[in-house]
Amino acid sequence: MSTSNISVRNIYKIFGIHTAAALDLLKQEKSKAEILAQTGCNVGLNNISLEIPEGKIFVIMGLSGSGKSTLVRHINRLIDPTRGEILIDDKNILAFNETELRDLRRHKISMVFQSFGLLPHWTVLDNSAFALLTRGEKKSTARQRAMESLKLVGLTDYAKYYPDQLSGGMRQRVGLARALTADTDIILMDEAFSALDPLIRGEMQEQLLDLEERLHKTIVFITHDLDEALRIGNQIAILWDGSLVQVGTPEDILQRPANDYVKRFVEKRVAA
Amino acid sequence: MASEFFIPISFANELNLGIDSIVTNYGDQLHRVSEIMLQYLLVPLEHFLQSIPPWIILILVGLTSYHALRRPGLSVTFVFALYFIGCLGLWEKTIQTLNIMLVSIIICLVIGVPIGILMARTKWLSRLLLPVLDVMQTFPMFVYMLPAVMLFSIGKVPAVMATVIYALPPLIRLTELGINQVDEEAREAAWSFGTTRWQLLIWVQLPLARPSIMAGINQTTMLALAMVVVASMIGARGLGEDILHGLTNLDFGKGAHAGIAVVILAILIDRVTQAYGMNRRQRAQINQGSQA
Repeated sequence: MSTSNISVRNIYKIFGIHTAAALDLLKQEKSKAEILAQTGCNVGLNNISLEIPEGKIFVIMGLSGSGKSTLVRHINRLIDPTRGEILIDDKNILAFNETELRDLRRHKISMVFQSFGLLPHWTVLDNSAFALLTRGEKKSTARQRAMESLKLVGLTDYAKYYPDQLSGGMRQRVGLARALTADTDIILMDEAFSALDPLIRGEMQEQLLDLEERLHKTIVFITHDLDEALRIGNQIAILWDGSLVQVGTPEDILQRPANDYVKRFVEKRVAA
Repeated sequence: MASEFFIPISFANELNLGIDSIVTNYGDQLHRVSEIMLQYLLVPLEHFLQSIPPWIILILVGLTSYHALRRPGLSVTFVFALYFIGCLGLWEKTIQTLNIMLVSIIICLVIGVPIGILMARTKWLSRLLLPVLDVMQTFPMFVYMLPAVMLFSIGKVPAVMATVIYALPPLIRLTELGINQVDEEAREAAWSFGTTRWQLLIWVQLPLARPSIMAGINQTTMLALAMVVVASMIGARGLGEDILHGLTNLDFGKGAHAGIAVVILAILIDRVTQAYGMNRRQRAQINQGSQA
């Protein structure tokens, strides 16, 4: 089974027009507020470097506004960085042209979204087959393989239903099945379980760990919830205000929090 | 005095000369355009529509409206209302009016939907065309009717041209709006799986924009119907003729007959196109609701 590693190197993302000026100020270690006041630019990501190993679940954690959703969208280039490099299997994907990028998205990386992003006018089965239909595979084979992924997430009985007839948890399982049908080495999951209620969420986390044990995908999982991060992550990266605060195993985070920000997270969890 | 305050400006002469020169220089070509439209579009379609026995049209309207609305009572009412138009002796004129409307709407669709899509995709185009659309919608039609007649002579062709200019803007606007309103995450999700722009358009954007686009088609149809009277003023035949005749001869009764026919057509087309703005399942749900 092939797997892929991801390497994010010195990524900066600055939103605004005068990005070059903002980047200079950032290198002079000016604060985000100062940069916003001087250039009108918002610093989204500040010098992020990550080595994401193959075949594991890598969690990126942070509060809303910390830049985690922006960061994960760099990996399949839904967002392009202002500066920096992103390597997948040692190839710089920022140098890809439109066709290469489309190939990357079709064969290498799939994504699961917070509010599912399903097509309301397609059945569960066709939604699950989406990636294969995009590649232009025959409808019958696409549906057959989509059915197999629906079996993996336990939704075979709902193949003919439409997304709006399903509960939130079931819809997200369709989202997961869609990514599984694509059978890519890498799956990006952007707050995939955050919209679900706690019980369903626990179930989904278990299911994900289960699947990972069998499939060994490289999963990049975004969450704002430390419990979730600790439960499913082999490694956890913590983002704060666009900067990387700590990267480590769940144990590292719990026992050796890098700063007060991480400590507060951990303490809140112990208190609860 | 106000007349001293304002610097007098007039470009009426220049415009007149411009139109005149177009007529003298390109008159033949424009005439050919006009002939081609008549020969390949307007006349054959009208012959075809006139050749269909009225009872078949009644049945088709009944079936279509039932398919769209799933309300048998309403479909029967529509069929009787159409039959009533025939009873008033206006069947042939109704078909003539429908013919001009159909051709105008087809042209509007062919032009309007792609422009709406392009505008949703390119901001500068949108910014450029929005004021143009405003002008098209608000510029008094009696003003541009004159050059339309001068360029394409009287009859069906300038009627179609004038109708298209008047009825096109809402379709473009609502197509653009519909595509811009497509759920961002559905679009992003599709894109993240490596769709081409074309796949994204056909699978995601157009279907999700459908209610808005159908509302645009509905608006365009209504505006096209509103143009029938004006069209009759430039020599297009149809229901507008009777209305105009009623107006100029103080024959309220005759005008009212044709007026009623226009109203019946308007309601029929409005209800059917609105219903098709919803998808099959939405319609099914609404009907379950009304039966329960």
